[in-house]
Amino acid sequence: MPQYAVFLYAPADDDTEPEPAARDEHHRHAAELRDSGKMVAAFALEDPATATSIRSDGSITDGPFIEAKEVILGFYVLEAHDLDGALAVAGRNPIIRQGGGVEVRPVEGGEVRPSV
Amino acid sequence: MSIDAAVEQAVAAAHRHEWATLLAATVRTTRNLDVAEECVQEAFAAALATWATTGIPEHPGAWLTTIARRRAIDAVRRDAALRPKLPLLVIAEEAGPDDAHDAGDGEGGDGVGDERLRLIFMSCHPALAPDARLALTLRLVCGVPTADVARALLVSETTMGARLTRAKRKIAIARIPVRAPSAAELPDRLSSVLGVLHLLFSLGYAAPSGDELHRVDLVDEAVRLARVLRELMPDEREVGGLLALLLAIDARRATRVGPDGTPLTLDRQDRTRWDQAMLREANELLEAGPRGAPPGRYVLQAAIASLHAAAPTFDETDWDQILRLYDAMVVVWPSPVVRLNRAVALSMTEGPAAALDEVDAVSSDGRLSSYHYLPAVRADLLRRLGRTAEADDADRLALSLASNEAERAFLSARLAGRPPA
Repeated sequence: MPQYAVFLYAPADDDTEPEPAARDEHHRHAAELRDSGKMVAAFALEDPATATSIRSDGSITDGPFIEAKEVILGFYVLEAHDLDGALAVAGRNPIIRQGGGVEVRPVEGGEVRPSV
Repeated sequence: MSIDAAVEQAVAAAHRHEWATLLAATVRTTRNLDVAEECVQEAFAAALATWATTGIPEHPGAWLTTIARRRAIDAVRRDAALRPKLPLLVIAEEAGPDDAHDAGDGEGGDGVGDERLRLIFMSCHPALAPDARLALTLRLVCGVPTADVARALLVSETTMGARLTRAKRKIAIARIPVRAPSAAELPDRLSSVLGVLHLLFSLGYAAPSGDELHRVDLVDEAVRLARVLRELMPDEREVGGLLALLLAIDARRATRVGPDGTPLTLDRQDRTRWDQAMLREANELLEAGPRGAPPGRYVLQAAIASLHAAAPTFDETDWDQILRLYDAMVVVWPSPVVRLNRAVALSMTEGPAAALDEVDAVSSDGRLSSYHYLPAVRADLLRRLGRTAEADDADRLALSLASNEAERAFLSARLAGRPPA
């Protein structure tokens, strides 16, 4: 089954901690995806302020690689038969109703080490 | 007619009517758009060469399908070793019952069973860039050669080739399915298709007449596709609305510019030269539309166009009714351009002062700051209020924003105090 990565974006200027209700929505959505068997892997990321980048010249800088108006909060990989199927699942992500959005990208290949 | 001319004519007619069906059927075998296009092209070339000696077959479409399919099977065999350049296309199974498809799951067949529809919906998929949707629709659904698509959309052939290649690559790699949408997806997806057809029409309509060699007639292609869509989806009210709109506007084709090429506003067009058959058909479409759901933007726009057509003279236009239609349109399509057009109708019912307030409100929104039509409308309203100096300023602003030569000539004439030709 083809796989799609879904990246969750939120406005970069939003420093406020997510409301507990908003967090709950994400947990419920993740559980729903897990139970449907469509989710392959999912990762929530720490705040972009904690990111460190390594540039092409080897130098190390503080912050995300690209300064943009939106930041990546996390990503997950799902399985779908085609793009319409992937968009239908990704379109239900709560981040879309919380002022953010998602990007859906076909996965070319990959592997995940089972957790030990 | 010579036999060669008859054959050429038959091949051209088959190209017009059968291209999309042939390509969609061939894609089923090749599951690759480029290979399918080649096979279909070869089938037409074979028809040109063969029909002159064998005679034109009774069912040209079936003949072409057989040849294209044979080529496709050969191509698949031949390419099997070289194949995995691009992933194979995802193609819907033969259509099942209407609701067999679980909306959103993306598996199985689709609700609507025509091959052409699948190709139209794939080409106009919202996951593709808008300019790519236009180009793909012309190339894949209308069968227009890439060079002509490039000319019609005013880019170089290299640029167009790259744009089409990029779009086809995305279709294959992201797995945009060759499938008509399920009932749940239909509203969004249909509005993208209608938007593409409307844009095709507008591009053709706005283009200068007396066209260059080989220019594709976008207006005719858009009307033809809208007809196909209407035939395939007779229950979708907006599809009938779009076709009615295109016909009602196209009916004025002969009168929209004066002898010197400047555009003529509605009040200056010779209404006796409007195409009555097209207007009648537009009216019938509007009346035949399924009732119940509130009308969408195309039905409303078509109703406005057809009210203009119904008035024997400009002065007899039913502006009250037109204003009511614009009121409804602002609700379903809250665009500043719609509000601006509504202001023009308002000026005919409430007078230029009320309309000017509305135009200034639209202007303060800022989204139309580079749209020449806004100051042009303001200039007209100011002139009707006797505020000539301000009107001239507005016309000068409009002139600085207008890029179309014919429109610039119209504005210059008005500024010079001459009635436009």
